[in-house]
Amino acid sequence: MTDTNELIRLSAAQLAQKLAAGEVTSVEVTQAYLDRIAAVDGGPRGVHAFLHVNTEEALAVAAEVDAIRAAGGAAAAELHELAGVPIAVKDLIVTVGQPTTAGSKILEGWHSPYDATVVKRLRDAKMPILGKTNLDEFAMGSSTEHSAYGPTRNPWDLDRIPGGSGGGSAAAVAAFEAPLALGTDTGGSIRQPGAVTGTVGVKPTYGSVSRYGAIAMASSLDQIGPVSRTVLDSALLHQVIGGHDPYDSTSLPDPLGDLVAAARLGNVDGMKIGIIKELHGEGYQAGVENRFNESLELLKQAGAEIVEVSCPNFKYALGAYYLIMPSEASSNLAKFDGVRYGLRVLPKDAPLTIERVMGATRAAGFGDEVKRRIILGTYALSAGYYDAYYGSAQKVRTLIQRDFEAAFAQADVLISPTAPTTAFKLGEKLNDPLAMYLNDVATIPANMAGVPGLSLPGGLADEDGLPVGIQLLAPARQDARLYRVGAVLESLLEAQWGGPLLAQAPALATSVVEPVETLETQEAK
Amino acid sequence: MSVDATLSFEEAMEKYDPVLGFEVHVELNTKTKMFSSAPNVFGDEPNTNVNEVDLGMPGVLPVVNRTAIESSIKIGLALNCKIAETCRFARKNYFYPDTPKNFQTSQYDEPIAYDGYLDIELSDGTVFRVEIERAHMEEDAGKLTHMGGSAGRIQGADYSLVDYNRSGVPLVEIVTKPIQGAGSRAPELAKAYVAAVREIVKNLGVSDAKMERGNVRCDANVSLRPHGRERFGIRSETKNVNSLRAVEHAVRYEIQRHAAVLDSGEPVIQETRHWHEDTRSTTSGRAKSDADDYRYFPEPDLVPIVASREWVEELRATLPEPPAERRKRLQADWGYSDLEFRDVVNAGVMDEIEETIAAGATATVARKWWMGEIVGRAKNADVDPGQLGVQPATIVELNKLVEDGKINNKMATAVLDGVLAGEGTPAEIVEKRGLAVVSDDGPLLEAIDAALAAQPDVADKIRAGKLQAIGAIVGGVMKATRGQADAGRVKELILQKLGVEG
Repeated sequence: MTDTNELIRLSAAQLAQKLAAGEVTSVEVTQAYLDRIAAVDGGPRGVHAFLHVNTEEALAVAAEVDAIRAAGGAAAAELHELAGVPIAVKDLIVTVGQPTTAGSKILEGWHSPYDATVVKRLRDAKMPILGKTNLDEFAMGSSTEHSAYGPTRNPWDLDRIPGGSGGGSAAAVAAFEAPLALGTDTGGSIRQPGAVTGTVGVKPTYGSVSRYGAIAMASSLDQIGPVSRTVLDSALLHQVIGGHDPYDSTSLPDPLGDLVAAARLGNVDGMKIGIIKELHGEGYQAGVENRFNESLELLKQAGAEIVEVSCPNFKYALGAYYLIMPSEASSNLAKFDGVRYGLRVLPKDAPLTIERVMGATRAAGFGDEVKRRIILGTYALSAGYYDAYYGSAQKVRTLIQRDFEAAFAQADVLISPTAPTTAFKLGEKLNDPLAMYLNDVATIPANMAGVPGLSLPGGLADEDGLPVGIQLLAPARQDARLYRVGAVLESLLEAQWGGPLLAQAPALATSVVEPVETLETQEAK
Repeated sequence: MSVDATLSFEEAMEKYDPVLGFEVHVELNTKTKMFSSAPNVFGDEPNTNVNEVDLGMPGVLPVVNRTAIESSIKIGLALNCKIAETCRFARKNYFYPDTPKNFQTSQYDEPIAYDGYLDIELSDGTVFRVEIERAHMEEDAGKLTHMGGSAGRIQGADYSLVDYNRSGVPLVEIVTKPIQGAGSRAPELAKAYVAAVREIVKNLGVSDAKMERGNVRCDANVSLRPHGRERFGIRSETKNVNSLRAVEHAVRYEIQRHAAVLDSGEPVIQETRHWHEDTRSTTSGRAKSDADDYRYFPEPDLVPIVASREWVEELRATLPEPPAERRKRLQADWGYSDLEFRDVVNAGVMDEIEETIAAGATATVARKWWMGEIVGRAKNADVDPGQLGVQPATIVELNKLVEDGKINNKMATAVLDGVLAGEGTPAEIVEKRGLAVVSDDGPLLEAIDAALAAQPDVADKIRAGKLQAIGAIVGGVMKATRGQADAGRVKELILQKLGVEG
């Protein structure tokens, strides 16, 4: 048996190997992560990556995998490669047997009667689900500060944000509370948290992973994707969750090919990598820019050809995004009305009409950022404004797609910093929505065009010693290229650092004994 | 409820020219719902035919029902529409508890079928062309039942119950262009148009087409303008007029009401109106303006529907014969005269007669019952004949009882009333009421002897060969047996008794 402190630091691929070889059991691995969660997640200075910890079920699945492996034979041989490797799930994705809150009071205590397709696939692969991770309410935010259940802290500096909306999944993986996690990315919610926590996050090609069971923010932009500590691990997880789903009409009919093989290829010979002129330089932190340039140099040394491409319409992406996303969100969130499930608030005074109950429920159940976006979207879709706002934004979307087409005519993969800055301090941008929105300036174009994007750690910024993310972008359905280039760059960088970047993260206090802040403990209060 | 002033229909017609428009909602009879795999079944226990999609649970996504698309294309083709090569769904956003997502997935500016027409034959054979603007797909809402308060309306109710079984049932909404030039035949045209649409969807097999179940629902738009003026008047929209007779009555009533409003010098208010079958009048519903803002936008969870020309032609090839041809065929099959057949069509019982014949009756028997008995009863009850509740099998059963000599015609009509009163099947009613033709010759012979003795002069006439005089003796026997004798058998026995060859 391996030391648990080492065990939790292994990658998912390494864990899978050890499990297959019988060097460790899934129960040991799962318990090690549950212990780590108990040690670092709760309390006033805890990471608070989890909203719910799924101890019993996770251990039961782990024990089942161990039993199958111990029995040997065909059943053991048929076990999925990642069977027994635990995973955390963003609390925007519905799960039977655990609450799903979307980080909102309006769904407090709600249990889904059905599993998301990706969750079914995790269950089919027999991956123990450790619990549900924190997020900005309904995935609206870039810092996880908009969670109704309190912010998640960045394991690199507990006074800083872990990014958002998927700060919980990224922080859980960065703090070794889980080897893998699922996220959702509408404008950067997987990649930007990955960047600021020194982890890997992938937004797959739109339609390549089923959205069935991911509580929708903006249907045409949302995509579920993997969160991990290595590029290979994301590829392994992507293979588990991807593929056609008849329950999602926007699901692509054909699989993306062998992503794991791409991550293992190990060369970038002759590949053309395009720097997007508009996505670096002015407005980007110096330390971010430095690490970005180093990555370019490494790729060049490895045999890639670096070219510069221009995407002139990307400057309109943020504006158009903040019309399309709230428009769709305003409609998607209309169902939260207190009639069928979730919170129901009765107005204090008469009359108790349906409109007033819906109004009181939504007023009490939604946070400010959610209300802000609902109001923005309702306005943008209103008669007389539709053409000027939603209609124009859709045209911008087409222009962005054309920019990508032109860029991919010159390069196989595009590259940029994932976020303009490293992690900012908790509370720093909370009252400045526009500054908050600017965090996603480099990640939004991929969602607008439906193309895949990957963020991987690019090192630490000189000025603050915090992680910097490097973003790779590929044409739609060419996710394999991201894994190929990402894995090569990762190994070149790790050779420089002498190991994974996360090894340089400060040790988290593990003496905290306060219980994990979960829905149950909150309800108990 | 205040009573609106009305003008007489004749006076309204003298002064004004009506313009009509219809939105007919047709519920498709697909096995599953428009966007989910839950069963599309009417009348089950509330909230049992639902899954997470129909309930608008967090995270769900719609998937289009392919059969519903096919049915919609068939309806479009039968309405002589063009079929869009590609079209999209849109979201119609509004908060209402019968709509679980608080938006209805519908088609907005890209209907699957558009620019069609339907030729409507009026009772005197005149053909009137109604132009179809569009036929688009959408999903039905759940059903609300308002408890407490008055009139089953949400206003003033203590609470409301919602049944989501209907939520997500596929609908096709057929919208006409403004119908001008119908003049005083507008009410008749209204009824005939809705009847024609109902006939088409029933004939296509894409809907159960039962108006009493809401399978076909009509919103009737009416406006008036002075004769000779081109510009339309302001319209009212009377919602959910759910029988053919009601369509006719509602249009007639609204014409009379509009005329009174216009005569008073007031403007007509653009609003929805509710139809009340009991008072045969409408009351004001919600003020409706073109400014109602549903914030339509393309449904991002669905990809566009592509109807390839090959697919459309394949579906066209499966279309059943058009109604006009079907009528010709049925008339020939049944051997009805032109007048008989037109009466059947105008009475709205063609389908019922067809079903009755299919159930085993002859064309003559079916017509005798529907036209002779049921249409009149429906008129008295103020419902469409098909809604009276007479099953084809009931008629076949009744007719068999008569043919077998178990009951006579007079008894049979009484049994029909019993069936309609819910007393049971014809056989059960015959049993319960002790109805039976007296078939034991003993009591009949006694009655015959008595009748002959009472009218010896008539008996002599018969003996002398004046057989038509037998009616008086038969009448006496029937009276004595309180109508329970088989008149044919009585006749035979009288002739036997008198030794006369029949």
